[in-house]
Amino acid sequence: MAREITQAIVDGILVGGVYALMAVGLTLIFGVLDIINVAQGVLVILGAYLSYSLFTKAHIDPFLGLLVTVPAMFALGVVIHWAFIRRLRGTERTSMTLLVTYAVGLIIEGILFKVYGASTVQLTTSYTNSSVHVLGFYIGWIYIWGFVLAVALVVALYALLYRTKFGRSVRATMQDETAARLVGIDVNRVAALTFGIGVAVTAAGGMVYGATNAFNANSGYDLISRLLSIIILGGMGSVGGALGASVLMLTLESVVTVWQPTWAVAVYYAVLVVVLLYRPTGLFGRQAVRAQ
Amino acid sequence: MSLEAGKKAPAVSAGSAGRGGGLVLLAALAVLFPIIFSNPSVTNYGVLTMIFVTAATGWNIFSGNSGYISLGQAVFYGSGAYAMGIAARDWHIQGTGVFALLPLSGAVGALIAVPFGLVALRVRRHTFIVITLAIFFIFQLMAFNLWFTGGSSGLGSPFLSWSPVSYNRSFYYIALAFAAGSVLVAWAVRRSRFGLQLRAIRDDEERARGLGVKAMRVKLGAFTISGAITAMIGAVWFYYLNQVEPQTGFNPLFDLSLVLMVFLGGYGSVSGPVLGALIIEPLTLWLNTQPAFSGSVSEIVLGAIFLLVVLFLPRGIIPTGGELITKIRTRGKPAVIPATTVGPPSPVSPGRSVSSGGTL
Repeated sequence: MAREITQAIVDGILVGGVYALMAVGLTLIFGVLDIINVAQGVLVILGAYLSYSLFTKAHIDPFLGLLVTVPAMFALGVVIHWAFIRRLRGTERTSMTLLVTYAVGLIIEGILFKVYGASTVQLTTSYTNSSVHVLGFYIGWIYIWGFVLAVALVVALYALLYRTKFGRSVRATMQDETAARLVGIDVNRVAALTFGIGVAVTAAGGMVYGATNAFNANSGYDLISRLLSIIILGGMGSVGGALGASVLMLTLESVVTVWQPTWAVAVYYAVLVVVLLYRPTGLFGRQAVRAQ
Repeated sequence: MSLEAGKKAPAVSAGSAGRGGGLVLLAALAVLFPIIFSNPSVTNYGVLTMIFVTAATGWNIFSGNSGYISLGQAVFYGSGAYAMGIAARDWHIQGTGVFALLPLSGAVGALIAVPFGLVALRVRRHTFIVITLAIFFIFQLMAFNLWFTGGSSGLGSPFLSWSPVSYNRSFYYIALAFAAGSVLVAWAVRRSRFGLQLRAIRDDEERARGLGVKAMRVKLGAFTISGAITAMIGAVWFYYLNQVEPQTGFNPLFDLSLVLMVFLGGYGSVSGPVLGALIIEPLTLWLNTQPAFSGSVSEIVLGAIFLLVVLFLPRGIIPTGGELITKIRTRGKPAVIPATTVGPPSPVSPGRSVSSGGTL
């Protein structure tokens, strides 16, 4: 039993790293633009399909293919922001952005169904099914590489946010948009680029997701509900919180699966509800992010 | 039908006589609909549309008035359906006696709304939306996995041995009665002190609280009313289709269609959700029957409509239409606005109240 639990914890941490990458994109978008990007789940699936197509049609290794898919998804994010999101103003902006990103997700989902059909696929390369034997545990190589990639990208995002001039303007916009505007930050440009970055990470997240799970266009719903729970638990807009919460939640789910596979998913939502009863700003939330 | 509803917009700003006449005409059309079109495939549209008129109105009573966007309304819809199915199965109720279970479904909806609301209504805005989604997923999972729900194959309802024509007609009138009833409730809420308190919470909750509104109690009350209505219409829907499954009873698309209907028609108004449902539901049903729009294409079309509505009609048909009419009427007249219109401004038109303030 102890063995299984340890194995579950290891699995949870590795998968949690990948979720962290996707959640960081979502929480950044929330922090800067004050919107929930409901399309994030479908965008992850789009990223997975892009890598899948590159691999099956052009025989490009998924990790190498990221050099193509990440910029492509970044461009898509900037376009979505330019075409729809920046136009939304006024009192009902919260629900409007929700509707818009949902509609964008619906359209992408419909196109994916049209192109790829409803049957599930999985990215299967030479190394996705091989595993390594460490200290008596079997760990799939794809999980290790996915984790390494996720950690590298999250570190890069952190560096971007905390070590560059652009990152400083992003954080300033997160803290107080009006003040950021006053000191000369082009808030619209920051918002567009942040949305692009938030969407770009789904290319990497989607690639690893597609290599570790069978998916179809519908899989986005399950993903987005988990990601939303994670960023709320972590405190909306907090990058570190998103990291902590994803590893915590995925580990918890993985451990509960050892006993109760059917109810494991419910753990997410139950934990979310219970935590918010006592801490409305989330586990790692700074005090009242944007006056929640 | 949507045309007739669209004509109501001028009636709103005209005298009450015009409005009364429009309502009578609308009611007559609604009552005569299954008599004029007796074809079951047409009345099917009518039944499902009336179900959505009720559900969208129910959603709007809480979310439209309070500003808390709930994406957990399917919790009530599914629970109402399941409550009726489980009660009919376990108590061996047959035939039309099943309709006596509708109040039970409503009570179940209200009973679920209280703890649901006590948890979810502590947080606001985005967090509230996600909490309602989370609770929704918990309910869907319960419908899949609890021992009394029939698992993934769901529940069937007792059989009604009516002919297709009278079957659809009867269900149409039941759904119509619920639609009319819910609109009446929405109207009463809107006109009451309770509705005013709700809208005060929507505009500024801290201030409303400071002015003595018992915010939690008011929100919870509206949430419960909304839950009871949705649960009852969920039960009607279940008996009409004879079947509920976890994915259809607890369907994430259900809430989003409600939100779309309400925003298309006019968020927070009484007639808005009705108009929105009258447009969206037949359109969705029709798209699904068209071979050219088969499968995922209808999804793309629906998404595109969504985007167009939000970008070009961000405040919905009814408020935008009402404003347009006022603009046409006042064209060429001096810009001075009579002092009497300053008191009760139209529900959502910040622009107008600002301009009238400027002239004073």
